[in-house]
Amino acid sequence: MAERAEHNEETGSVGHIAPAKLYVAIWAVLMVLTLTTVLVSMVDIGPMNIVVALVIATIKGTLVVLFFMHLRYSPKLTMATVIAAVFWLFLLLSLTMTDYLTRAWSTYPGH
Amino acid sequence: MATAVQIVERENYLNSNYGIKSWLLTTDHKRIAVLYLISITAMFWLGGFFAMMIRLELLTPAGDLVSSDTYNKLFTMHGIIMVFFFLIPSVPAVLGNFLVPLMVGAKDLAFPRVNLLSWYLYMAGAITALTAMVTGGVDTGWTFYTPFSTTYSNTHVIGAAIGIFIAGFSSILTGLNFIVTIHRMRAPGMTWRRLPLFCWSNYAAAVIMVLGTPVIAITLLLVALERAFNIGVFNPQLGGDPLLFQHLFWFYSHPAVYIMILPGMGVISEIVCCFSRKRAFGYEFIALASIAIAVLGFLVWAHHMFVAGISVYAALVFSLLSYLVAIPSAVKVFNWTATMYKGSISYNTPMLYAFGFIGLFTVGGLTGIFLSSLGLDVHVHDTYFVIAHFHYVMVGGMVMAYMAGLHFWWPKITGKMYPEAWAKLSALLVFVGFNTTFFPLFILGYMGSPRRYHAYPPEFQVLNVLSTAGASILAVGYVLPMIYFVWSLRYGADAGPNPWNATGLEWMTSSPPPTHNFDETPVVTWEAYDYEHQPQEEITVGH
Repeated sequence: MAERAEHNEETGSVGHIAPAKLYVAIWAVLMVLTLTTVLVSMVDIGPMNIVVALVIATIKGTLVVLFFMHLRYSPKLTMATVIAAVFWLFLLLSLTMTDYLTRAWSTYPGH
Repeated sequence: MATAVQIVERENYLNSNYGIKSWLLTTDHKRIAVLYLISITAMFWLGGFFAMMIRLELLTPAGDLVSSDTYNKLFTMHGIIMVFFFLIPSVPAVLGNFLVPLMVGAKDLAFPRVNLLSWYLYMAGAITALTAMVTGGVDTGWTFYTPFSTTYSNTHVIGAAIGIFIAGFSSILTGLNFIVTIHRMRAPGMTWRRLPLFCWSNYAAAVIMVLGTPVIAITLLLVALERAFNIGVFNPQLGGDPLLFQHLFWFYSHPAVYIMILPGMGVISEIVCCFSRKRAFGYEFIALASIAIAVLGFLVWAHHMFVAGISVYAALVFSLLSYLVAIPSAVKVFNWTATMYKGSISYNTPMLYAFGFIGLFTVGGLTGIFLSSLGLDVHVHDTYFVIAHFHYVMVGGMVMAYMAGLHFWWPKITGKMYPEAWAKLSALLVFVGFNTTFFPLFILGYMGSPRRYHAYPPEFQVLNVLSTAGASILAVGYVLPMIYFVWSLRYGADAGPNPWNATGLEWMTSSPPPTHNFDETPVVTWEAYDYEHQPQEEITVGH
């Protein structure tokens, strides 16, 4: 532990230089996905519109975090931190949805 | 010390340099802890002043001392100050800042400048919130429930919300600093299983700070935005959902209870072991119970919303999950008592406060079970029962632990001993005053007296008078330490490096510690709380 900490102090952050071609490729994918979002928004597919938009946004976010923010080349502790953040977001959304999705199940008249 | 020339005070973090600038621009975790100590003490007195105003108003059934509008502002400001500007930073930002690097054998926290930034953010947040209060106050309750806060309240909601938003970043940065320090800067040999339980519990609290605080920050920002620009997030008239606010608010604000109590539990673990001269019973269980509380604490928030109109099925799930938090909490209480079993117990002030903590936290925790059961909660929701319950946890638990820790580590922080007899008296006053203040509120709540009103039916007066009388005893109990701590700075006996004969790296350096904490990096070859293998010296201080 102590050794790794010292190593980091000397070299700054964990250095990894990805080839420029990779960045360009990721950028191109992001642009295609953006275009897809725009095009899909013009077609009415009911509630699936929001699902598609969110799925595409999630894929884009994942690409940015993995490559532009170097998560793919980072130590396991950094990965665990990011996974924890996503997991906690999942907790927030899923447990909130236990309320919203079942509120109408109530059998009392008028509710 | 062979010659007279060498009798010079040892260089320490307090005398290494002088002047206001050396404090305001310091990156030393110990000095930042002292800055926090002064700031949160000021906030504690301000919040306490509002509490006394509330109790004075409730002395008589008629709403005669202040108007109902003023009363609404008083309890709101009491809540905002005590929760966001005292309780949340109390143990982590003062004792945690001071002790975590010392306990893990590091020279400082991982990001010293970020640590200083966190204090400035705290101050900016506090000043923003105080400005909102001075210029007219807020009347929404510390919970900012919508749509009242976004549409109907005519008070300074935006200022208070922005103040808490800013202070939230201070909390996140402190949490981040603890996580990285505990992961990366432990001394050689300081394995996870040798880590003091204070570090474990601050680590657990830090995880909540980092993962939970962004949610409250953004939620309050949304309140401010809806108020300012009429965007429809929470107001049903604009297409929003007021219950969404409560979900988002309590997603942080329930775990925030554990941000407050977990570091306090760490303090108690240290003190119980030291004053029982025993290793911690079930060390791994206490450590992992902290993590379990941090995680489970995120799964229970809707128990604040049982009568708000959420789905009954969701309420069932949240009620069940709320019961689960009792398990790791009970693990801790049982392990502390088992640690004391057959221990060689001495009744110094920190231990007296620790006894108070264990008893009062147990009462506070068990009445929490009442509130997480669906049927009973409907009856006592929004009554003084709830007020009594969370004050038993927050004041009886957390403030007791903070006072215990302040007394325990005061010799380390200042190098001086506090007067033991006065301190024991103050511990007694706090315990008696606290119970006299808050136990009557359980009965009042059970009889149906609702919270947040400045007038009440005359038959409730006896219990209210008892409560107000208790509050004045409690106030004396808090004023005393303020006086003798300051007194001890000048007149207190020199503490020496280890007045309690305690284990832990922080006691192996001089008091007050030198700027870089240790002359050479310590190497740890023993488990935490190895009291059984320590020379059995009596604790002589204060007897």
